[in-house]
Amino acid sequence: MIRFSNVSKRYPGGYEALSDVSLHLAPGEMAFLTGHSGAGKSTLLKLIALIERPTNGQVIINGQNFAKVGRRRIPHVRRDIGIIFQDHRLLFDRTVFDNVALPLIIAGHSHPEIGRRVRAALDKVGLLNKEKMYPITLSGGEQQRVGIARAVVNKPPLLLADEPTGNLDPELSREIMGLFEEFNRVGVSVLIASHDLELIRQLGHRVLRLDHGRLAGDSGGAR
Amino acid sequence: MAETQRNAPEGARVVKMGAATLLRSWLLRHVQTFFYTLGQIWRRPFNAILTAAVIGIALALPAGLYVLLGNAQQVARGWDGATQVSLFLKRGVSEARAQALARELETSAGIGSVRYISREQALEEFKSLSGFGDVLQVLEDNPLPSVLVVFPRVEQTQGPEVMEQLLERLRARPEVDLAQLDMQWVKRIYAMMDIVRRGVWVLGSLLGLAVLLVVGNTIRLAIQSRRDEIVIIKLIGGTDAFIRRPFLYTGFWYGLFGGAIALLMIQVSLWLLAEPVAGLAGLYGSSFRLHGLDFVTALALFGGGCLLGLLGSWLAVGRHLREIEPT
Repeated sequence: MIRFSNVSKRYPGGYEALSDVSLHLAPGEMAFLTGHSGAGKSTLLKLIALIERPTNGQVIINGQNFAKVGRRRIPHVRRDIGIIFQDHRLLFDRTVFDNVALPLIIAGHSHPEIGRRVRAALDKVGLLNKEKMYPITLSGGEQQRVGIARAVVNKPPLLLADEPTGNLDPELSREIMGLFEEFNRVGVSVLIASHDLELIRQLGHRVLRLDHGRLAGDSGGAR
Repeated sequence: MAETQRNAPEGARVVKMGAATLLRSWLLRHVQTFFYTLGQIWRRPFNAILTAAVIGIALALPAGLYVLLGNAQQVARGWDGATQVSLFLKRGVSEARAQALARELETSAGIGSVRYISREQALEEFKSLSGFGDVLQVLEDNPLPSVLVVFPRVEQTQGPEVMEQLLERLRARPEVDLAQLDMQWVKRIYAMMDIVRRGVWVLGSLLGLAVLLVVGNTIRLAIQSRRDEIVIIKLIGGTDAFIRRPFLYTGFWYGLFGGAIALLMIQVSLWLLAEPVAGLAGLYGSSFRLHGLDFVTALALFGGGCLLGLLGSWLAVGRHLREIEPT
């Protein structure tokens, strides 16, 4: 699902965020990405989301070599990747329903189809009764669950999450991680950047550890 | 549907969806955007009204001038009909020949009627009008030629060139000594109207450019204020076209509403002018009335507004959308 081959990313100014990283995440696998701040976690996720391009090496996601994806193809590639952000990135002038519906509207689905799928996604994250509310009236945990519903609503084969529990208390964090495990159970590949080491240890999934832009540890999984 | 194609490359996806489905989803998106942008304007009408009013004024100025110019042309054409050509016949032409010529001319194209003034009549007229009657009595011989007064029938659509042609034709007659037409003032008026017409175009172009800039700037501000939204939409797979569409529709609405406001302003102005104009015309013994915008001009006003709105937003979107990328 995700394959990095000797990937380096050097930003203008010479700062090397990732150096010579090679890793492979199999379809249906769930893994955590850890490391201190500035270790390159965000850069790695940005390379997968096509927000950044590698300076060296090859990124292949879902069988597509990203070096061959032109600017115009980027949106279509991104539709197959559900991204969850630490700051949720919701649209505050739209209801929960409209936020979750956005990926489906972009993909051009019909009205009844959108309603059906949005409600299914909201049901999964336990927010079906809040579809008419505005995100600002929801708690942090609920906002994050709206973000997750939006990421999964068009059933992408890969979920990326950047510090999804960064601002949540341990109880809520566990709930959110439980959601990711549920999606993983039905075959979605999940990669979560997090530094909540305690929680990660308890969950017992594969852990990829970055240190100063290098892959310093890999607790197992496909190679 | 999407599940089965999720892993397919774009080309395969297009083939699988079929042309009809694709067209329907494309139309659906446009209809959605159409109402979505209208709803946005409806929810916050003040900004939209301000922008539309500026566009309206910018459109109303040249369009209003154009309407007034049309009215002025109508008046000038009326004056064309009042012109007459005096044909002074050669001295050797007999009275019978002159009258035959008058009848012949009456039947030829471009001429309404012909009045024959014999040498005696001319003398009588001159005596009574000039006040030199006593002096003329001294003359043994009548010095005045006989005259044919020709009233041309000029079509409404024809300009001064047609009159010139008619004059040439009359002048070429062997019986005619001198053909005289005082057309200088008609020519001057046409020349002035040419200047005004050119001026309307210059003004229209400048104000059209202003509309473009107003719309462009409004859309630029809208893009900037929705920066976060654009970034999010890009992150979850929105194409440039998808992001561009609502802004283009918004520009279109601004143009359309601007056109409507311009139309309203012109009609109200004409309505305010109608009475004094009718009064003035009455003083000249004319039944002239101000004409409003005709259907085609009104349509052009709307169309021009929409086109400028679209173009302005297109320029702004093309310029600013690429700058906003997720980081």
